[in-house]
Amino acid sequence: MKTLTNPYFVSMEKDAKTQATKDNVSLTVAAGNTDGDTQTQITAIDNAISRGDKGILITTNGDAVNAALNRAKQAGLFVIALDTAPNPAGIANLTYATDNAQAGKLDGQYAAAALNGKPAVIAMLDLFNNQVVSVDINRDHGFLEGMGINPGSKGENGKEAKSGTYSGGKSGTYTIACHQPTQGAIDGGRTAMENCLSANPDINVVYAINEPAGEGAYNALKAAGKEKNVAIYAIDGSCAGLKNLTSGEFAADAVQYPGKMAALGVDSIAKLARGGSKPSVTDGKSFHDTGTAVAAAKPLGGLTVQTPSQAASACWGN
Amino acid sequence: MTTHADPHATTAPAEELLNRPATLTQRIHSVLHRQPALSPAIVLVLAAVVFSLVNDRFYALQNLSLVIQQVAVIGSLAVGQTVIILTAGIDLSIGAVMVLASLLMSKLVADNHWPGVVALLAGAVVAIAAQALNGLLVTKIKLPPFIVTLGTLSIFTAITLIYAKGQTIALQPGNILMWTANTVSLGQLNLTNGVLIMIALYAVIGYALRYTAWGRHLYAVGDDVEAARLAGISVNRVLLSAYMVGGLAIAVGAWILVGRVGGGDPNSGLNANLQSITAVVIGGTSLFGGRGVVFGSLIGALIVQVFVNGLALAGIDPNYQVLAVGILVIAAVSVDQWIRSVKS
Repeated sequence: MKTLTNPYFVSMEKDAKTQATKDNVSLTVAAGNTDGDTQTQITAIDNAISRGDKGILITTNGDAVNAALNRAKQAGLFVIALDTAPNPAGIANLTYATDNAQAGKLDGQYAAAALNGKPAVIAMLDLFNNQVVSVDINRDHGFLEGMGINPGSKGENGKEAKSGTYSGGKSGTYTIACHQPTQGAIDGGRTAMENCLSANPDINVVYAINEPAGEGAYNALKAAGKEKNVAIYAIDGSCAGLKNLTSGEFAADAVQYPGKMAALGVDSIAKLARGGSKPSVTDGKSFHDTGTAVAAAKPLGGLTVQTPSQAASACWGN
Repeated sequence: MTTHADPHATTAPAEELLNRPATLTQRIHSVLHRQPALSPAIVLVLAAVVFSLVNDRFYALQNLSLVIQQVAVIGSLAVGQTVIILTAGIDLSIGAVMVLASLLMSKLVADNHWPGVVALLAGAVVAIAAQALNGLLVTKIKLPPFIVTLGTLSIFTAITLIYAKGQTIALQPGNILMWTANTVSLGQLNLTNGVLIMIALYAVIGYALRYTAWGRHLYAVGDDVEAARLAGISVNRVLLSAYMVGGLAIAVGAWILVGRVGGGDPNSGLNANLQSITAVVIGGTSLFGGRGVVFGSLIGALIVQVFVNGLALAGIDPNYQVLAVGILVIAAVSVDQWIRSVKS
């Protein structure tokens, strides 16, 4: 796991444990101290190798753990990546992941449609500024692409043109007000949003890397008395986050299924370890896509949107 | 220092009287020596002027209001960190204790339906108890503060995670725990109750350090622990009290954090340990103990936030914020070393 402080990963851990009991396999959980704690992941992989485990399920922190994963595969362990595919995808035997770019894209398409041709002044609340993590880049770029804005780079945030025209929805002009790091936490989201608002008080669209960042942004907007005129787009799909759709805090939330990924992962290792065959990947993708969808209180014509209660039937966390 | 020192004597004023400054450098040196908060104050004013010139939104009172609101959590922690660093100690666990206290307060209200005031007091008791543990390990088992708090950093973080199970707790407005987020307008300046509490904390601890025997003893212990012991000061009691004052500051920080977050979040406040030390160091308090004023730490915290905010307004890559803070820390410690150096 990346951390056990984020409910997303806690939910994964819970469903993995449930599945492990069902399949009668023993499961050891290791987690980093913070998001991006690569060193702890490498140590955990080495520990799994020396313990003689059958397989590893990992929510990889990025390329820095690839060498350790290769060591594990050479030692005969099955490596299954969860949540995010490693780069290149072949590092893992199999990946159960959500398509983060697709999640961002669904949010972006909804945002463009909701604007209905009005000018967009966009705050981009990213995860980090000090390291490149694929989920950060994929969600950010996905959102821009969904809006119909060229991200201007393959592997870096903030390289799009600062203003221009978005082609999504009825299309219109846009301005990027800021890219600020949030660490994916509420306090980080709040400070980032406050600074963005100071820089550009006309912001009307907020992209948030995850629900906590979106939550912090909402706190900042509310304190400034602007929460009614700004649409926040989050990604996660936790049960608590979906309630924010009904209450109007978030305009839309791209939902993902961390528990499903973990349960499928544990099940696959159990089968492989007992001589079963390798599960297949989703057509046209290098990984097994566990799906994503956009949920919103207001349906928009031409887009497939789940209602908050539909999405809540598969939500995670409390 | 003689071995039979008068317990009420302090060394600094006599030294200053003897060395009447002559050259301009010596004069500046002397002023900075007497006013540890002066050099950071100059940096803060300069930074504010530069950012105002670069971006006309910076000086807007609305923006300055935000900067001081953003600083309230770290500013409160920095009070406790200053008191501990003045004793030549350090507290690496201060942010971890705050996250624990803020989660406990929120959870007691949201899940256990405790009255807000009782939950707030419970959070404060836990914060002070946690710091008393730090203090006891330092005084009774004689472990270095760095090691003690490095250990308790992990312990308190783990307890928080076990307790929170990774969940965020949202609170309803109107609860006393959320009172710190309520806005108070002073003309064009929009402060929050949290900012006012932080300023009150500075006033109280600042007064105690300057005008009470406890404060004098604290400086004496930080300056030269053996001399303080020989002067009849109960060193262990002073050290323990410093950590417990740290606990009080943490409780205030946790209360303000709950207001900013809108509840408890195990991920919020994770960088607070180092940020509080950064604020203290930039604020002119010596990491070697015995020199500094608590007010300087508020200026230190403000300097960091002014840079972060100013660079964000100017649309500069956030990495440069991190770079600027690093340079400030090195510069602040260099100035401290220069001020402490023996006068020629």
